[in-house]
Amino acid sequence: MIKASDPQRPLIAAASVPTLPRHIKLRHDATRNRWTILAPERVLTPDAIALDILRLCDGERSVEAIAEVLAGQYSAPRERILTDVTNLLQELADKGVITA
Amino acid sequence: MSEAAALDHETAAGLPAPLGLLAELTHRCPLQCPYCSNPLALERVNAELSTEAWCDVLAQAAELGVLQLHLSGGEPTLRRDLGQIVAQATRVGLYTNLITAGVLLTRERLEELVSRGLEHVQISIQDSNAANADRIAQYAGGHEKKLEVARWAKALKLPLTLNAPIHRQNIDSLPAIIELALALGAQRLEVAHVQYYGWALKNRQALMPTRAQVLRSAELVAAARARLKGVLVIDFVVPDYYARRPKPCMGGWGRGIITITPSGKVLPCHAAQTIEGLKFENVRARSLREIWLQSEAFAAFRGTAWMREPCRSCEFRELDWGGCRCQALAFTGSAANADPACEKSSHHAAFTAIAGAESQAPAQAFAFRRPSPAPGGR
Repeated sequence: MIKASDPQRPLIAAASVPTLPRHIKLRHDATRNRWTILAPERVLTPDAIALDILRLCDGERSVEAIAEVLAGQYSAPRERILTDVTNLLQELADKGVITA
Repeated sequence: MSEAAALDHETAAGLPAPLGLLAELTHRCPLQCPYCSNPLALERVNAELSTEAWCDVLAQAAELGVLQLHLSGGEPTLRRDLGQIVAQATRVGLYTNLITAGVLLTRERLEELVSRGLEHVQISIQDSNAANADRIAQYAGGHEKKLEVARWAKALKLPLTLNAPIHRQNIDSLPAIIELALALGAQRLEVAHVQYYGWALKNRQALMPTRAQVLRSAELVAAARARLKGVLVIDFVVPDYYARRPKPCMGGWGRGIITITPSGKVLPCHAAQTIEGLKFENVRARSLREIWLQSEAFAAFRGTAWMREPCRSCEFRELDWGGCRCQALAFTGSAANADPACEKSSHHAAFTAIAGAESQAPAQAFAFRRPSPAPGGR
C-alpha cells in the first residue's frame, strides 16, 4: 500500500499550473522534420494539438487559461476543450512529461 | 502521442536514421556482475578513443539524427574526461543519459556533470539486500554507495532511473526493489530480467529463473504499475527463454540504435561481435554516416530481405524483425535463422527446455570477469 509519506499521483484540475520540468526537452528534430519530446530513455512525438498545449505550459498559465487560449483557435465548445486539455495533461503528467 | 520507437526512423529523404547512440566509453569496471553485457573479450584502456575522438563522434551522431546519448561502459565515470564528453553532447544537442554503477562518484563530480548538461542518471542495483548485492557485484560496500549517489541525484533534482537486472539469485527481492525505488524518489524503475548474451550466457545456469518465478514477477510489476501510476514508471523486460515471440532486438538491426565500443568500433548491437564473418568498421577510419548507411555489418540484417522461413512470410516480421541475430547464431548455428525465442522456430522447444532444466538444478558458482580468490556465487 502507498504510505502517507510516499509521493502521490499528480492530479490535473482546471486550476493546476502545468510546466515542463528542466529535464524534459521539447525540441524540433531537423533530421525527421517533426517535433519531439525528449525524456529519460524516451522519445515522444506530440501531434499538432498536444504541441499547441505544451507550448502554453509556461509555468504561469493555469489549465483553464490554456483552454481559454485554445478556445480562440479551435472551433469547439469551451467546456469540451477544457476536458480534452485536462485529459491530455493528465496523460503527460502520468508519463512525467509535465509537473503541476 | 506515441513513442518514437514504435514509428519509423526514416529521414525526410527516406534514409534510415538512428535515434539512439550507446557509447561504451570504457570496458573497465570496478564491479563484476556475472550478467555483464560487455563482450567476453574486453577492450583495453590503451585502445580507448581519445576525448577529441569522442567529441567528434558525438557531433557526427547529432548530425546523423541521433537524439539520445547513453553514456555507458564498463563504468563510464572511470573516464576522467566524462565532463568534457557530457559538455560536448549538450553543445551538439544530444539528450544525455549516464548509465553508471555509481560507486566511484563523488557529490562534487555529479554536480559538475549536471552543470555541464547531464539530463538523467541510471544507477544499477544488484539487489535490495546489501549483502547479496555486494556478493553479486563482487564489490564490498557498493550497494550503500549506490544509495548515497541516488540521494545526491535526488538532491540535485537530477532525474533518476533505478535499473535492477533480475535473475534467480535476486528475484525474490522484487517487491523490496520496487519499494526501494519509491523510497529513493526514482522516476523510473527498470525491472530487467537478464538477457542471456556475453557474460550472462556464460553464467546462464546460475542466473536463469523458473517459469513460475518469471510469471510471478510479471504479476508483481503489473500490480505495482497500477498502484504507482503517475508516481513511478516501471519498465519490464522479460527473459525471452520463456517467451512465445521474440523481442524486437534493438528495435530492428540497423534501424534505430548504434553502439560504439571503447576503441571506436561501430556495432548494430553491443553483442554483434559474436557473429563471425561480419566486419565492423571504426570511427577512426570512416565517418559515422558512411558506416551507418554503407557498411556491410549494418546492411547484413537491416530490413527483411535477409530473412528465411519462418520469418520471411511471418505477419510479425516488421514488428519483431526476426528477434535477435546473436541468439539465432548461438543457438541455431546461423544468424539468419529465426530467433529460437519464437515459437515458430524449429529450435524453440529445445531452447525453452534448457531454461526449464537449468533453472530447476542447484545454481553453480558464478564465473566473474576477474577470476579471484574472493568467495563467489553459491
